[in-house]
Amino acid sequence: MGVPVIVAEDIGKKYIIDHQKRGGSSSLRDIVTDTLDNWFSRKNDSGFAEKEEFWALKDVNFSIDQGDRIGIVGHNGAGKSTLLKILSRITEPTTGQIKIDGRIASLLEVGTGFHPELTGRENIFLNGAILGMSKNEIKQSFDAIVDFAGVEKFLDTPVKRYSSGMYVRLGFAIAAHLNPEILIVDEVLAVGDTEFQKKCLGKMRDVSESGRTLLFVSHNLTAIQALCNKSFYFEKGRLIDQGETTHIVTNYLSKVSHKMLDKHWDTIDSAPGNDQVRVKRFKLFPEYQDDLNHIDVRTPINFQFEFWNLVEGANLNLSMHLYTFTGECIFNVGTQSEPFAKGIVSGTCEIPGNFLNDGSYVVSMMIVKDTSTVLYNMEEALVFDVEDYRENVTWYGKWPGYIRPQLNFSIRQTEHVVND
Amino acid sequence: MASSQHTTTIKAGGSEKDYWKDLWLHRQLLWILSKRDISVRYKQTLLGVAWSVLRPLMTLVVMVFVFSYVAKTKGDPNVPYPLMVLSGLTIWTFFSNTFGQISSSVLINSNMVSKVYFPRLLMPLSAVAVGFVDFLISFAIFMLMTPFFDYQISWQIIYLPFFILLTFITSMGFGLFFAVLNVKFRDIGQLIPFLIQVGMYACPVGYSASLVKGTWYEKYYNLNPLVGIISGFRWCLLGENSYFNPQSLYSTAITSFAILILSLIYFRRKENTFVDYL
Repeated sequence: MGVPVIVAEDIGKKYIIDHQKRGGSSSLRDIVTDTLDNWFSRKNDSGFAEKEEFWALKDVNFSIDQGDRIGIVGHNGAGKSTLLKILSRITEPTTGQIKIDGRIASLLEVGTGFHPELTGRENIFLNGAILGMSKNEIKQSFDAIVDFAGVEKFLDTPVKRYSSGMYVRLGFAIAAHLNPEILIVDEVLAVGDTEFQKKCLGKMRDVSESGRTLLFVSHNLTAIQALCNKSFYFEKGRLIDQGETTHIVTNYLSKVSHKMLDKHWDTIDSAPGNDQVRVKRFKLFPEYQDDLNHIDVRTPINFQFEFWNLVEGANLNLSMHLYTFTGECIFNVGTQSEPFAKGIVSGTCEIPGNFLNDGSYVVSMMIVKDTSTVLYNMEEALVFDVEDYRENVTWYGKWPGYIRPQLNFSIRQTEHVVND
Repeated sequence: MASSQHTTTIKAGGSEKDYWKDLWLHRQLLWILSKRDISVRYKQTLLGVAWSVLRPLMTLVVMVFVFSYVAKTKGDPNVPYPLMVLSGLTIWTFFSNTFGQISSSVLINSNMVSKVYFPRLLMPLSAVAVGFVDFLISFAIFMLMTPFFDYQISWQIIYLPFFILLTFITSMGFGLFFAVLNVKFRDIGQLIPFLIQVGMYACPVGYSASLVKGTWYEKYYNLNPLVGIISGFRWCLLGENSYFNPQSLYSTAITSFAILILSLIYFRRKENTFVDYL
């Protein structure tokens, strides 16, 4: 222990955001017209204010020892993914340098490079090679991979005919048989069913127990607490805290637990979204009981979500996910899909009182087209706390469970013991 | 290999001194990517590999018809016109296929580029494979056709590998440059088919470079490295009857190498930023 395998000094990554364009890549025509515009209007002093520097990471320093299992936490946009991309050499930092000792493998996606037309067998070799395994390594692990993924019967079927579950299982099975000294994992556990997630976690635990170094980014704090001994906490591109996982997670929870009950954007241009939809407002209205002004387990909660639809006749529906603060999904509900004219579309949802348990909750909202394409996903759209409230109970421990519904659950005497 | 003391330094500017070693270590991936491109090529087509034979044959028929019957172009004396066209077409198609594939190689593999590291040069390198297979097929057709025209393949054929290599270098030189541009400006994707189409007429594919001899624009014409390559390739197969000026070889080779080196430098400088534009 104590041998540093990754040493990062003064890492920074700068992006230039161009406010003139919306998504997509630039075209020559844009460059030409922009240049001409700027040329002619140079004296007006307007022009270039549109370009803005954005530091996705700044002044990041850390050192990771061999065998450390590092969890990386932080909000969306805090720079976690950027750090992983730099560590996996997908993109390079603008400033600073990182020294890495040992073979590194990164798993930012399951099944990277899978070709839909190739068979399962061919894709195992392709994906293995992409992840950096040698042909011999793949041959040695081939049976184990097939076994782990459970796809024996479909080895010679093109993967485009695979179910999404099989696809993901095969992808993870290959990755799980990598033998790098340093493994980087990004949120792969978010996909697949519970059983599969357990398998993944188990495999990652094996990796960490065999003394290899692990870096793991996830919104699932339970998984991070189970796997990682140390953690990094990123906020707005800076590494603001590092240390024992329990300490970091508590710190993170206390800092982020400020509630977000209402978000709105006044103009289309400033609103998040894209060419098809832009978010206008997301608001939560609690129906407070008894003149209280906080939400407790009895309080019914209404959500209102408004967005601009920019495409005439688009078939849209909303899909809402509710997560616990540690990242477990409690439920997912969707609306009907309907065609909408250009303009503002508004959706409402009600969570009844006496349904959620006390705790902090995160709502994400997806705008979906044709019931299949996610046009925009607003993660962490709202964050709210539900306070505890109990009646006629003299027990004050933490009420277990994610939800606390009032069900018809009763007891009665069904037989009397007759005294003799 | 697994226990090797492998140290990596990541920093701005990227130019890693171990790049070429790294490329060598990834040679299996190169092989696998090439194999992928070849095996995926004709999946779910009715005629399958037959396309590789049909396409050059059909192009040949059209070109022979247009140039020799409609436009009445003359080839070099004592060389059967179809053989002249087919040899030109064979090497031109090799160039244009590889050039096109290389130019789009980074974009096509964007899902890999944004998720995993490997020396990015592997993508343009593996893109050559498909074009090379097609070239071999086209070349075989040529060899099979020569007896029908009572023509003897000349001894100069021993120089053939040299011209194939030169074609490879030239397509790499042009292709790498466009591959980088293509990542940032999607216009390039529109431009390339057009360039290839124009190139086919600007190069001595359907005619002999001797037609240009003695004109005022000959100097400029010969600046195009493909003029020398195509004429040379023909000369290897069809012998002294086919027009070829060995002098032009120096400028061809120098231009090709210079373009390749410049493109390589450009590619290496930009490859670590690809993901920011994809």
